[in-house]
Amino acid sequence: MSLISTLARLEAVESGRARPLATVRHRHVAERPLVLVPLTTAGEAGAPLGALVGTDPEEPTLLVVPQPRDRDLRFAFLADLAEAVLPYVDGFADDVEAAERGETDPETGKKVKVEVELCADAPQLIVPSRAGVEYVRLLGRSTRFRRTAEQDPETPFPAPPRVPLLGRWLTHYGERARVPGSSLLLAATDLLNRHWATGQSSLEDQHLGALLAWIDAPEGSSGAEAALRAELARDRDGQLLCPPAGPATDPAFDNRLLAPAVERYDRARQALAAAEDGQAADERLGDLHRAEREIRRLILAQLRPTWHAVWRAIELVRELPPGARVADRWTRDRWSFTGHRDRVRAGEPPQPRRDDAVTAANKLAARESAQTQLEAQEALDDPLVMAGRRLTGEAFVAEVVEVTMAWSESKRPAPRPLLTVRTDDRPHLGEGVKAYRSLEGKPQTARFVRYEEDGSLVLRVLDRMGRGKEPAEGSVPEKGDRLVWTLFEHDQRVGPKLPDPEETPWTHGGPPRVDAVEAPDAVTPEDLL
Amino acid sequence: MTSVPFDPSAEAAGATRRILDDTLHGDARGVVVDSPPGAGKSTLVVRAALELAAAGRPLMVVAQTNAQVDDLVLRLAEKEPELPVGRLHSNDPDPYDKALDDLGNVRKSARAADLAGLDVVISTAAKWAHVKGVEPWGHAIVDEAYQMRSDALLAVAGLFERALFVGDPGQLDPFSVVGADQWAGLSYDPSASAVTTLLAHNPELPQHRLPVSWRLPASAAPLVSGAFYPYTPFRSGTGPGDRRLSFGVPSDGSGPDRVLDEAAESGWGLLELPARHTPRTDPEAVRAVALVVRRLLDRGGAAVSERSEDPVPLTPDRIAVGTAHRDQAAAVRAALAGLGVAGVTVDTANRLQGREYDVTVVLHPLSGRPDATAFHLETGRLCVLASRHRHACVVVCRAGVADLLDEHPSTEPVQLGVTVKFPDGWEANHAVLSHLSEHRIAWSPRVSP
Repeated sequence: MSLISTLARLEAVESGRARPLATVRHRHVAERPLVLVPLTTAGEAGAPLGALVGTDPEEPTLLVVPQPRDRDLRFAFLADLAEAVLPYVDGFADDVEAAERGETDPETGKKVKVEVELCADAPQLIVPSRAGVEYVRLLGRSTRFRRTAEQDPETPFPAPPRVPLLGRWLTHYGERARVPGSSLLLAATDLLNRHWATGQSSLEDQHLGALLAWIDAPEGSSGAEAALRAELARDRDGQLLCPPAGPATDPAFDNRLLAPAVERYDRARQALAAAEDGQAADERLGDLHRAEREIRRLILAQLRPTWHAVWRAIELVRELPPGARVADRWTRDRWSFTGHRDRVRAGEPPQPRRDDAVTAANKLAARESAQTQLEAQEALDDPLVMAGRRLTGEAFVAEVVEVTMAWSESKRPAPRPLLTVRTDDRPHLGEGVKAYRSLEGKPQTARFVRYEEDGSLVLRVLDRMGRGKEPAEGSVPEKGDRLVWTLFEHDQRVGPKLPDPEETPWTHGGPPRVDAVEAPDAVTPEDLL
Repeated sequence: MTSVPFDPSAEAAGATRRILDDTLHGDARGVVVDSPPGAGKSTLVVRAALELAAAGRPLMVVAQTNAQVDDLVLRLAEKEPELPVGRLHSNDPDPYDKALDDLGNVRKSARAADLAGLDVVISTAAKWAHVKGVEPWGHAIVDEAYQMRSDALLAVAGLFERALFVGDPGQLDPFSVVGADQWAGLSYDPSASAVTTLLAHNPELPQHRLPVSWRLPASAAPLVSGAFYPYTPFRSGTGPGDRRLSFGVPSDGSGPDRVLDEAAESGWGLLELPARHTPRTDPEAVRAVALVVRRLLDRGGAAVSERSEDPVPLTPDRIAVGTAHRDQAAAVRAALAGLGVAGVTVDTANRLQGREYDVTVVLHPLSGRPDATAFHLETGRLCVLASRHRHACVVVCRAGVADLLDEHPSTEPVQLGVTVKFPDGWEANHAVLSHLSEHRIAWSPRVSP
């Protein structure tokens, strides 16, 4: 944790209210995001219990699995979820703009520009918490390999038609969420934690209700107390006033309310199955519907506070103006969306269970470069973030007190002016250390030369001054300019190109085998279907 | 039972011979050599390079940093001034050490094609990764292979047929600035070390190790070996009494002077400050470190070793200060400048890897901390800090680290398919601390009456 966020946390503790960590919004928030609040069944991984989903805060779609251990009901839930999610996703697929992408021509090996489509906007999925992101990933993993009756008429348990496709999209979103700074799939808690510091631990910050209480407590009241209430307060029946944001539910809810209701539902189903004539069946069907409605009511009561909390979180971050480089990162998200759209359209198979060596290395490299880029961009977009970097000696604000023109010693001398600057910051400068400043959105490089006797610094400007002997107008700082210099680079260098998967070297096990199709896990006596 | 006296030179020579034999005449595609601190890894790399070149095998050498590459080029030129060597470098300004310009046999270029046909071509892994479309080399030497990441090896492995991998398994593991848990347990986890991946896919490769540390004195080798290499022990090349450290100026009775005397006598010294939770750049501890260095120079230290019979004065360039964090290093540099000390190396464990000094002063990674995180407990970090010296190591630390360790047992999640590394940092920290406690001096800035 940086010094400045520690300070913000201490101030939050002292004042009882959250403190801002940012002056601008560092994540893209779509005009019409799709919010998904999932709940899962205790004791069984990947057994959904219910969800609220939708793009309109006032009109969520409620999906419920009245008996989560019944796999047919689970599939029905997933089919409904696919109907709620996929039309939203598809709605972005056809609105495209023309773009260019650099590719290597396979025949000549030369870099060429290729005209391609780029989706003008991308669907954005927002879940309450990181556990929700993890759940999206889990749903994707458990559904993308399912076979529909159309794909495989022999399959013993065919999945509803659109479920495997839902799995592929959820998997793509879950994977994209691992890229630092990406906004295709966001957790509301991450959104809030990026922009505000509370006076509670980072573990407690994962509780959406408590987090929101610190940030959004009514004027004059204590956020700390509201947070405590959100975390612990229960009604007379022992139920939490602010249910957890899921996907896990509160055990008190499971035991006292949900379990009896599910049991009533089971009994009603058995009774219906045992009905001997039409009239009895009609009556018992009525009982079954009542039992199901009761479960839907219970689950909606658990979901609704979180649903509103997520929308409130979205409102709060929307109040902040977006950082200048946020759109640039969203464009990368659009590329990611477009890429997956193309793969689906081309009929490619679902994402494999495990990455091969080359894909894993490529992903890691892309994420590392996204991380460094995110850190640099957030600092450049936001003086408060930059202040944190200044405190760690990675950046400094300095006033130019003197500019001395100088030229490089070559046949065609190029301008290499010396700047004497004064700063109150304490950057970690040493021999040959480079500093960068933003000049019309592009980094200009200078090299640290020496400290003067009076403590001021001398920097030599190295680039972005044009081709002539005299520097281009406005390219050299002037006396009196107050500039931010960073010791970190603003842009990322492009990493090396890795071999194609078919050329994986012997050190990494050679090319992945394509002939051996991975067999599904064998059924064991522990598998209860 | 008769015990054969340990002959370090013969042991080391035997190990080197077996390694070179496997490299030159074996049929395995790779040979792995584990080298404890100061065991002559660089000497081995130079020798293997010369023998491969002499046998007419085109050789590429992969090192991890530009400093390591330049150092290797200089060593090769020193041994064999006529050998045609290529130094492949980046397009940055000042991409290599200017000393290379004085070597007539060394050709330097940013393009691999310009260096084709030379006996040996040397560069960093990062630069090699950009080399495409060239004829593969018959042989490669990968230096510091345990500090190289698996994905970096993936990028260069297509450039060579066979390779000798040399490195120190006890030093800092490579790391990633983003989470890589999703690949944990895969044999090709891109964030694992190159050797881990290599051996997971090629378990039959011959593995050797160098058995003798020429750097560490007899006082340090048993501790470092026992704490960090419990299953692959090594010995020091010198015996007790072969290395001596003495001071021209007697102690003034202050904490720094007494800890220096203790370290000169026993090879280790622990200067213990009162227990306290502090910020990372603990001003008192930083000042204590600076004072120890100042006194080390003021007291006219002189070192006697197997390298020369006469005492060699302890100059600033033979002293290093090691820290865990960069801001700590910056604070120590500032404190040293304040005391008028120049020329002493101050750096983090990461950057001190592979370097050697007569005396090191270490700010303990856990000093003053309220918690013991995985970063601060990392075995390699402590190992690097405790194994840079030829004569003595002084550790500056707040009291109470043993209790801190007991309150923070390692709680890293167990990942399926990942080999558990022994010893873990917790264990190693305790081993080092318990040894250091025998050489403890309490901090007292003033001369005692």
